[in-house]
Order: sequence, then C-alpha cells, then structure tokens
Amino acid sequence: MKILKIENVTLKLGERQVLNNLSLTVEGGTIHSILGPNAAGKSSLSYLIMGSSGYTPNTGKIYFLDKDITNLSISERARLGITLAWQEPARFEGLNVKDYISVGMKEKNDFLIKSVLHKVLLEPRDYLNRLVDKTLSGGERKRIELASVFAMRPKLAILDEPDSGIDILALDNIVEMIKELNQQGTTVLLITHREEVAEIANYTSLICSGFIVKEGTPQEVGRYFKEKCIPCPSKNFPDQKDEITKGEK
Amino acid sequence: MTQDYELMLKAYTDAGGKPDIFKETNIAHLVVHKNKVIGKNLVKGLVLEPKETPKGVDIYLKVEKKIENPVHLCFGILPKEGIQEINIKAKIENNSGIKLLAHCVFPNAIKVVHKMDADIEIGDNSYYEYNEFHFHGEDGGVEVVPKARIKIGKNSHLVTNFSLVNGRVGVFDLDYETEVLDNSTLDMSAKIYGYGKDKIKIREAGLLKGSNSRGVIKSRVAVKDDAISEIINEITAAGEESRGHVDCVEIIQGNASAKAVPIVNVLNETAKVTHEAAIGSVDKKQIETLMARGLEQKQAIDLIVSKMLR
Repeated sequence: MKILKIENVTLKLGERQVLNNLSLTVEGGTIHSILGPNAAGKSSLSYLIMGSSGYTPNTGKIYFLDKDITNLSISERARLGITLAWQEPARFEGLNVKDYISVGMKEKNDFLIKSVLHKVLLEPRDYLNRLVDKTLSGGERKRIELASVFAMRPKLAILDEPDSGIDILALDNIVEMIKELNQQGTTVLLITHREEVAEIANYTSLICSGFIVKEGTPQEVGRYFKEKCIPCPSKNFPDQKDEITKGEK
Repeated sequence: MTQDYELMLKAYTDAGGKPDIFKETNIAHLVVHKNKVIGKNLVKGLVLEPKETPKGVDIYLKVEKKIENPVHLCFGILPKEGIQEINIKAKIENNSGIKLLAHCVFPNAIKVVHKMDADIEIGDNSYYEYNEFHFHGEDGGVEVVPKARIKIGKNSHLVTNFSLVNGRVGVFDLDYETEVLDNSTLDMSAKIYGYGKDKIKIREAGLLKGSNSRGVIKSRVAVKDDAISEIINEITAAGEESRGHVDCVEIIQGNASAKAVPIVNVLNETAKVTHEAAIGSVDKKQIETLMARGLEQKQAIDLIVSKMLR
C-alpha cells in the first residue's frame, strides 16, 4: 500500500528552485529515509508534505492514501494522519509539556502522556510541568517533540533531522525510538544527512539539488552517498543537475 | 450578611475566586464595594484600617511580622456606573512580610472608574508580594488607573504581578515606580489581553539605587481588533554591581497596534542592565507546529496567546 505519493513536484522559493520535478513514493508501514547533504531540499520537502505556508508546489501533486492533498491546509493534513517533527522545534512560553503533548491526542489521558515520556527516556515527574520554552535544552526539546508524535499516533510521521543536536551517546536511543514509533504502526519518513541514521530504514531515497538522485536499500544508497556525494564538488547546484545524474539513477 | 456582600462574593466566585477563604479566621481579608467596606478580618501582626471617603476608601496598612497566610483583598463595583478611588499607605516594618492577593471585579461596567494610588514602604529584611487579578465584563466600560510608589529597604524583596486577561480591558493606565536599596530585589510583571477598542498603557520603572540590587520588569501583552498598547519598562542602575533586566513581548492581531519602549539607564560603571523586546504577530512556526498536531489556525493562536498570558 502506497501511503504517500509525490508526483513531479517543483518548488521555487523566491528565485531559487528548491525542488526540481521531484517524484517519491513511500510504502505504508515502512521507515523511508531521505538522505542528502545540507541544502539539498530535504527540509523543504518535509514542509511541502506537511503543507507549511509558502511551500505549496508550483507544479505537481501530493497524494496521501490516494487522496490529493496538494491544496489542503496543515490542520486538514494532520487530521488525515500526517504530522511533522521539526528539525528545530518551536518553543512556547507558558505551555507545559503535559499540555503540549496532549494537543495532538485524540483522547487525552495522563497514562498515555506519561508512557510516551518514558519512551523518549524522560521521567514524567520531572517533565510534565516543565515549560516547553527556552529553559529546555535542545536535546530535551527534541525528545519532547518525538513524545508528542508518539502520543498523536499518526499514520505518517515526517521526522526532520531527529538526530541533529543529539550527542553521539543519545543517538542510539533516538534510533530505537524511531523504530518503536514504526512498530506502533506509524510510517516514518526520516529526513537525515547521516548515512548511519538512514541505515535503519527499509528504503532510502537520496536527494540532491531538489530531486531524487538515487533510490534503493539504505546500504546501496549509503555507499553511493559516500563515494559520490561526499567528494562531489557540485553540491546542490541545480544548473549542474545533468552532471550529477549522469547515468546513475 | 448584606446583599452587596453576597453579590460581591458571587462576582468574586464567578471570577474564579474561592469565597470560603472569607470564612477562615486565620486568613485576613478586606472586601470593598464602591466606597463601602463590607467585609474585613484581621490577623495578628497586621494593621488594616480602611476609612470610607465620598469616592472610595483610604487604607492604612501596617505589617509588623511575617504574615503566614496570604491576605485577600476584593475591590469592585457591581452596578453599571460608579467610581472607586482606593488610596493605600502601607508600611512593611523591618523583618516583616506579606503576600496580598487582590481581586478587582467590574462585571457589569458601562461607565466605571477604578483608581488606586499607593505609597508603600518596605523595611529591611522584609518582603512584599502584591498580586492583582482583574475580572471585567464584555462592554469595555472600565477605566483602571493604578499608581504606586514603592521603596524597598535593604535585603528585601518586592514582587508584583498584575493580570487583566478576563473580559474587556477598557482604558488601562498603570504607573508603578520603585526604588531598591542594597542587596534587595524587584520583580514586576504585567499580563494583559486587550481587544475591541481597548487602550492599554503601562509604565513600570525601577531605580536600582543600592549596591548589589537586582531588578526584573516583565510585560506580556496581546492585543487584537482595534486595541492599542504602549508599554514603557524602565530600569535605572545606579548602585554598585546592580543588575537589571527588562523583558517585553507584545503580540498583535487584526488592526491592533503596539508600542514598546524599553528604557535602560546605567549610572555606575559596575552596573549592568539588559533588555529584550519583541512585538509582532504570533510566531508562524509555533502556529504550524500546533496545526501539525491537528489544531485549526485560530485554535493554535488562541492557545499560544492564552498560555503566554497565563
């Protein structure tokens, strides 16, 4: 079952062509990683799928469970079962962790809130009443973002660089959390620029210059990324697209 | 129990207050309707002498020890029209302290004026905490004018929290001036939500006169429709090693307008004052984060604003 289908999407932000006739299919129940260097268009792709303002495609269509969602609002997409965990999650003055997590829950209950905090290795009694503001560290805020995604139980969770700002010791925890999220029935679209994180996926798409350069198993794509992308001198210049794609897709 | 007293308690309860505290003999309270004192209870160490005047009540307050329980004040005008002038002279003696919870209720106001003018002296090694919550009706017919001059002795603390987030503001003009001596702290905060044609003006000023004195002035204001706000937060650091911070956030929606004037004066080379001010619409990323959890845009904005003003 295809949960997400993106067809020939282009996105221009100002004068810059950010997504370039991009097509992508995500199978339901999987972890699908989007790997790519910085400024390849990964985050723009995640905002476009979520429907953020300013990220409506110039051309192309987005389908979620066969429904055309290209012109739906963020709220409408969320109610269909899509959510996004931002790379740098927003902070809120006066909003505590308990209330923040409960925003996306269909049925509010304290037991579930505590249980999702346990999943992200935060002790509920220390965090339920903490404010989701600048008093939290970057790592704590990322975990709370993941907890709120767990609590929402979405059909599709877009995780934009969940590993960024996380120290190497905590990386294994984050990876386990993503796997658990997938095991609870959520399809995960995992955006990352680290091939070792992309490796936990069932399938990987490599993005460069706003289009998909290569797709396959995480190992195949990871190898390609190491050999071709890391040394590549033409990172993310759309006008050199032909050079980049020459004979590789 | 007079009818006015019963009605004031009802308004106080409707506003979220807990009327049972007025039955507690170990909790001091004062209830004033227009210019009538209709309820009063004292505890040991607290002198509270209200004197009715033609337009309000003059209150003499003396605190002779650290008062264990918060003291509750309730001021209000229940009819649609009226004036209430509250003049307070307060003296917190050395080694003493008091926490005041004041509820001001004007649920039916069409043409109501509530003025408060306070002179407060806090002695050494003492504290004074004043929390004022306003509950207004939906007509916006209230003019609220609180003025205070507060002197804080050595090794003492002042906390003020002003909240007007229930009902229309009407016209609001707050002016608090404070003076802080050695090793003492000042912490003033105001939270207001204006809409319709509400007019909000806040001036909170702190003079950090003593060495090692500290001061924080914080304002959180949201305005929508045609409401306007002007916030002046002022800290002058004159004392040796004194430190101050001014923090103002104003959110505007619709045709509302907002102005923030942070004033920082440093008169001593060892002193330091910082300030931050932000005015604008609700942050887009905050809204979209909540929408991505299923809230509509309006619900997301309401949640963000209400939590900021909480």
